[in-house]
Amino acid sequence: MSGAVKQDYVRPIDFRNGRVDMSHGSGGRAMAQLIDELFLAAFDNDWLRPLNDQACFAVPAGRMVLATDSHVVSPLFFPGGDIGCLAVHGTVNDVAMAGARPLYLSATFILEEGFPLADLKRIVESMAAASREARVPIVTGDTKVVEKGKGDGVFITTTGVGVVPEGVEVSGDRARPGDRVLVSGTLGDHGVAIMSFRENLEFETTIRSDTAALHGLVAAMVEAVPEVRCLRDPTRGGLAATLNEFARASGVGFRIREKDLPVKPAVHAACEFLGLDPLNVANEGKLVAICAPEDASRLLVAMREHPLGRDAAIIGEALEDPHRFVQMETALGGARMVDWLSAEQLPRIC
Amino acid sequence: MKYVDEFRDGELARVLAGRLARAVEPGRRYNFMEFCGGHTHAISRYGVTDLLPKSVNMVHGPGCPVCVLPIGRIDNAIALALERGVTLCTYADTMRVPASGRTSLLKAKAAGADVRMVYSAADALRIARENPAQEVVFLAIGFETTTPPTAIVILEAERQGLENFFVFCNHVLTPAAISNILESPQVRDIGTVPLDGFVGPAHVSCVIGSAPYEYFAEEYAKPVVIAGFEPLDVMQAVLMLVRQVNEGRHEVENEFSRAVTRDGNARAKALVAEVFELRRSFEWRGLGEVPYSALRIKSRYGRFDAERRYDIVYRSVADNKACECGAILRGAKTPKDCKLFGTVCTPENPIGSCMVSSEGACAAWYSYGRFRDEEAAA
Repeated sequence: MSGAVKQDYVRPIDFRNGRVDMSHGSGGRAMAQLIDELFLAAFDNDWLRPLNDQACFAVPAGRMVLATDSHVVSPLFFPGGDIGCLAVHGTVNDVAMAGARPLYLSATFILEEGFPLADLKRIVESMAAASREARVPIVTGDTKVVEKGKGDGVFITTTGVGVVPEGVEVSGDRARPGDRVLVSGTLGDHGVAIMSFRENLEFETTIRSDTAALHGLVAAMVEAVPEVRCLRDPTRGGLAATLNEFARASGVGFRIREKDLPVKPAVHAACEFLGLDPLNVANEGKLVAICAPEDASRLLVAMREHPLGRDAAIIGEALEDPHRFVQMETALGGARMVDWLSAEQLPRIC
Repeated sequence: MKYVDEFRDGELARVLAGRLARAVEPGRRYNFMEFCGGHTHAISRYGVTDLLPKSVNMVHGPGCPVCVLPIGRIDNAIALALERGVTLCTYADTMRVPASGRTSLLKAKAAGADVRMVYSAADALRIARENPAQEVVFLAIGFETTTPPTAIVILEAERQGLENFFVFCNHVLTPAAISNILESPQVRDIGTVPLDGFVGPAHVSCVIGSAPYEYFAEEYAKPVVIAGFEPLDVMQAVLMLVRQVNEGRHEVENEFSRAVTRDGNARAKALVAEVFELRRSFEWRGLGEVPYSALRIKSRYGRFDAERRYDIVYRSVADNKACECGAILRGAKTPKDCKLFGTVCTPENPIGSCMVSSEGACAAWYSYGRFRDEEAAA
């Protein structure tokens, strides 16, 4: 066979029409080629380049943070983003919500046999761009291929490490009665953007996912108010889930005001006809912060000065409540509870 | 948001609350049943009760389509999906309704049944068209609001010559349920459920009009005010009811005049009449067998009728003994009266159907109102 003797020639991967096949995860030459031509080319950095099975890096002094997040969003491409940048932002944000500065990421891909290489390339390049923009390099990774029908295109797991600045102590169990609740911007954009693209639910909207890396905003916030008590990005389950998590962990209740919640009119409209509550809809580029009352206005100013916190608002307070209820003063003038989401509102949104 | 925010406006709510406070007569109690789950949900979600005078008591009615579906019908649907291998399409909330033996359509799906959540009857029809080798059954539930769309897909299936599309019809009728409540001993004789009037259905009335309620208002001497599903609609309707009670009137009034006429939607009613006919009797969860309270598919369209196609045999199944859904649906009890409420029965693990749908009285109280129980206890 002529191919056997031409060992030096490696036919480039056909990223236009090719598809993932089992050999791309076999540990053989095809896998090495995919790593070279796709992952290394896109993520290129000093830690990844030697192609070790791990990355070695120096550890700065202080407390380290480790966070991991799997991404199974459907559809893979949606208005305002795709699974690639989402996988970077999701983990960067999880690290950042400890008040930390994210340093490095790892990425694991589970690919389904038959997945178009063109889509994979688009996703990997989007990840690379997000990682560059966030200045958090992807320094190690892994690729597996599963048989057709045993996955759904691509699943991505990212893990991140970061370091917490001295004097910062952020944790979901630190809210105290009287503390103020702040959000960094409009609620529900990501969930609505995803829903608008779902098969059998397609509707036209101008809403785009808010997917973004929030560590820059967090850095500005902890610089302004190092005593900030709790930070969390309200992803699945939305603001309602996050406040209930804080309430449970801190042993307090919350009371928020509906009229102070930032919600885009288009998100409000979509929720209205889908029968959803924006409080339960996912975000990927927003955070909830809790701070002492005397720090609230300083924190709000710092948030609003950052591009990702322009629409930040103080939306309520923590209260003494042994039942740990989250209540809301409605725009109508009544009160109601803001409970956890009971059923899956919509699966696979991140 | 235009055409929505106007009906949730806090300023207007305060004005209405003031009028209500002045309208109620001192020493008088007012008990009004909101028939629809949509109203129950609006009252809880917007905190409407905080703006009503203390002497006005809202009693939740049975108008939640998921809540009144009896266990036996869900068992039938699960058997279709698991044993007959059909693709079963239904609305989201239906999937979580508890059936016999701790099952549900959601659990049947996890066990391998092909159960699909759809947003409209048309989605079920599309699935049938795209999978001609697979028998597709649409589990149709709901009051007069969801019946016309089911009629349309049956007519459309005939037009397209589909042979793999069937409808398992569970459509029920509002006026029959209202009669049943008014005829119940608790309301008529014992007086344990004092009812001074009804907040009438919003979307149902868009279809059937306001005329069908004239009989109740006259026969049972109870005022009915048809109201939209927005919180200000409910408040305005309560004010209209209070005034009727004060003046000793019992008329049908229409607060929801922006959508409801006396005769309703003629085209929708014609579609329903074309495809469906009355059942002699139908079991409702909570109300039991109610005569002439539901629809079935006419024999002319019998080839789309899942009950005929699969020889479905209905078996009545009793609720969990401790579950109070029945009494709650009749307005005889409130969620707080149920021992299971909030303990073993929660939205995550519903025992009774009222805990399933967000329109159910228990789910609404659990999700939006239960902090008031603690306030009352404190």
